Amino acid sequence: MASLKELTEREERLTGGHRLCAGCGASIIVRQILQATNYPVVVSCATGCLEVSTTIYPYTAWKNPFIHNAFENSAVTCSGAEAMFRAKKRTGEIPADKKVKFIAFGGDGGTYDIGIQSLSGAMERGHDMLYVCYNNEAYMNTGIQRSSATPLGAATTTSPAGTVIPGKKEYPKDLTEVMAGHHLPYVCQASPGYFQDLIKKVETAMEIEGPKFMNTLSPCPRGWRHANDAAIRISKLAVDCCFWPLYEVRNDTYALTGQSKLIADGKKEKVPLAEYLKPQGRFKHLLAPKNKELLDSIQEEVDRRWERLVKLSKL
Amino acid sequence: MSGKELRCYEDLPPSPVTHDSSLVFKTGSWRTMRPVISKEKCKLCGFCWKFCPDVSIFEDSEGYPAVDYDYCKGCGICANECPFDAITMLEEDAI
Repeated sequence: MASLKELTEREERLTGGHRLCAGCGASIIVRQILQATNYPVVVSCATGCLEVSTTIYPYTAWKNPFIHNAFENSAVTCSGAEAMFRAKKRTGEIPADKKVKFIAFGGDGGTYDIGIQSLSGAMERGHDMLYVCYNNEAYMNTGIQRSSATPLGAATTTSPAGTVIPGKKEYPKDLTEVMAGHHLPYVCQASPGYFQDLIKKVETAMEIEGPKFMNTLSPCPRGWRHANDAAIRISKLAVDCCFWPLYEVRNDTYALTGQSKLIADGKKEKVPLAEYLKPQGRFKHLLAPKNKELLDSIQEEVDRRWERLVKLSKL
Repeated sequence: MSGKELRCYEDLPPSPVTHDSSLVFKTGSWRTMRPVISKEKCKLCGFCWKFCPDVSIFEDSEGYPAVDYDYCKGCGICANECPFDAITMLEEDAI
């Protein structure tokens, strides 16, 4: 992996002046990903916080080519650009040895729900691109509505915690596993808190030809109701409590990475789920005595998914 | 389109292509808390730069990190993540 010193010498491809909230996780993820590579990149982005606040017409916070099309088709827009790039290489309009990397960004709404068909299609057709989902676990841009990535028990505006329901009633879909089911050359899950791990994964992905998928947790101070300065701390806690394990799947071979590997090997201690929930207002009700049973059942489910992953990584 | 004031739709170019950098927006005005870096405590680890969501940490002439107050929104992630407590958040009004 490139050292932090080397990374500081690379050009910033996202500028300040974007209108993401103070303390947003999305721009930290984008910076880390774009710094991880020296190749020229083409970025496409699904509708969402990242798109609307970095490209308020007619200004842009991106220094690389950027395409936005619609909510559901970030992946296919990127795959189309990639196909055109290959076609122009064939006709000789672009030199055959020129290397450009294609990266598509999407939020969890644009990836888990609305964009899953286009993502699945682009991955299945084998385009040479990296799809990055910055997962803030709800439709934050439109006012914190629940998505299929929202964890059980989280209060959102369409699943408010109260006397009728204790927040969202369903467990989130495991999209990383769905993508692993596409038998891609590279699928991984990362967290911006553990940036060495994230950067290493992007570096690995950039050297692999073919479709790659990366799912990153993106803390949202507004929607998760946490302090402005807590994004990185929370994204680390999510990994420490095994709610968001760091792992990669290379040609169907699972491997835990970074902090998660240390936890699985017993070198670092696993933190109780409550530690991750505490700083977040959306889970406040789960820590009340009357919801103890629910909290225990969520902890059990987190443990069950984690144990399963540990078993898979030993295959 | 640079330098031209946008008054109505006719001032916009015909194709929806962005021309100007968002650097014209000084998001520093959002700030209520101001990060101040202590050069005595700083060990140049670079974490503040790594985690800044607003690309607002740059290297000054002495090689130390400095804050670009034009764009810093004052989220406080740098102060929270600094392993040496070299960054303190001060209230804007008090300065």
